Amino acid sequence: MSKPVEVNEAKFDEMVLKAKLPVMVDFWAPWCGPCRMVAPIVDELANEYEGKVSFMKLNVDDSPKVASKYGVMSIPALIIFKNGAPVSNIVGFRPKPELKKNIDTALGG
Amino acid sequence: MSELAKKYDVIIIGGGPAGLSAGIYTARARLSTLLIERAAIGGQIINAGKVENYPGYADGVSGIDLTQAMHQQAEKFGVQTLYDEVIALEINGKDKIVKTPQGDFISKAVIIAGGAERQKLNVPGEAEFTGKGVSYCATCDGAFFRDKTVAVIGGGNAAVTEALELTKFATKVTLIHRRHELRAAKIMEEKLLADKKIEILWDTVVLEVLGDKLVKSIKLRNIVTNKESALDVSGVFVAVGSQPATGYLKGLVTLDAVGAVITNDRLETSVPGIFAAGDIRSGSIRQVVGAAGDGAMAAINVGKYVSG
Repeated sequence: MSKPVEVNEAKFDEMVLKAKLPVMVDFWAPWCGPCRMVAPIVDELANEYEGKVSFMKLNVDDSPKVASKYGVMSIPALIIFKNGAPVSNIVGFRPKPELKKNIDTALGG
Repeated sequence: MSELAKKYDVIIIGGGPAGLSAGIYTARARLSTLLIERAAIGGQIINAGKVENYPGYADGVSGIDLTQAMHQQAEKFGVQTLYDEVIALEINGKDKIVKTPQGDFISKAVIIAGGAERQKLNVPGEAEFTGKGVSYCATCDGAFFRDKTVAVIGGGNAAVTEALELTKFATKVTLIHRRHELRAAKIMEEKLLADKKIEILWDTVVLEVLGDKLVKSIKLRNIVTNKESALDVSGVFVAVGSQPATGYLKGLVTLDAVGAVITNDRLETSVPGIFAAGDIRSGSIRQVVGAAGDGAMAAINVGKYVSG
């Protein structure tokens, strides 16, 4: 069982940008209803892509600078980082098959 | 999802208040029930930070909490949930065949409760700036517009609720409405008109969303004077109504002019054994309490159909 890990502003460089594996970051906040619906799907993805992609959650309330740096103005937002750069940006609630398609594309590219 | 059976007494399409309420009733009637949800349990109301008009919650309840409780209640009585999209609904004799990417599911009856989807403005710049200032959910995105100016487009309950929500963050909220009167509950309208942060532009439509990386302004036209103008805003919240999600039903059940499913007073569609409930139904009052009532009514009539 692989679970998404909490990341914040202080650890973002080390945990996301310098990571060896691609990282999908779930930008969320406690007051965002649809974000709470994304969470269980991200949990499932973390299991299914174990060893291929890391999954992390970033609370935009606690880490507003990271959110603003990557232009996040709408949540939930799922951004895939590869070799320190964002390669895919999914805004809003999307069904799981669509998320998988995005991850697979990012992994292939 | 291999643990799911292929045959059910009833399949409910859509996991909003209508579908969840229907499931509570069918499961308690001991009808085997599969509920199929395309995206997230809860439907449109999960965007509502606070539902103040659902009976029994004197202090209001968030749309998420309300529908999560409904889902728990439905599963407690035996409803099974599948998260996938329905691609097609077909009829084979008395069998209803519900096609999904995970295979076909067969049932004696179907309750269509797929709700409605937020309508878009369909103007240049809207798609380009979605997530970069254009938003369809004030409770989700309001906080990104702290100390900024925003516009809300629309004049119904959703638009008024979003405008009031946004006053918590924005310095100024401009409500832009194509008519000269609102279509919201009076109590909401009174709150809106009394709020000094909110300005209303009547008889006005949005022509274009403009910006570079992020939204900077919107181009407007007054439909009475035909005068065009620009308004500087960082956020554009779209709440111009919703459209029944009935694309896959065309040619199967009778739809009305706007694409909503036509039902009789038992909530049965033009096809025996296929029922509709909630916002997807022609004539729906588009309220959570109405959807819940529809779900119960459709479920009880499904019971009569299945045993009859």
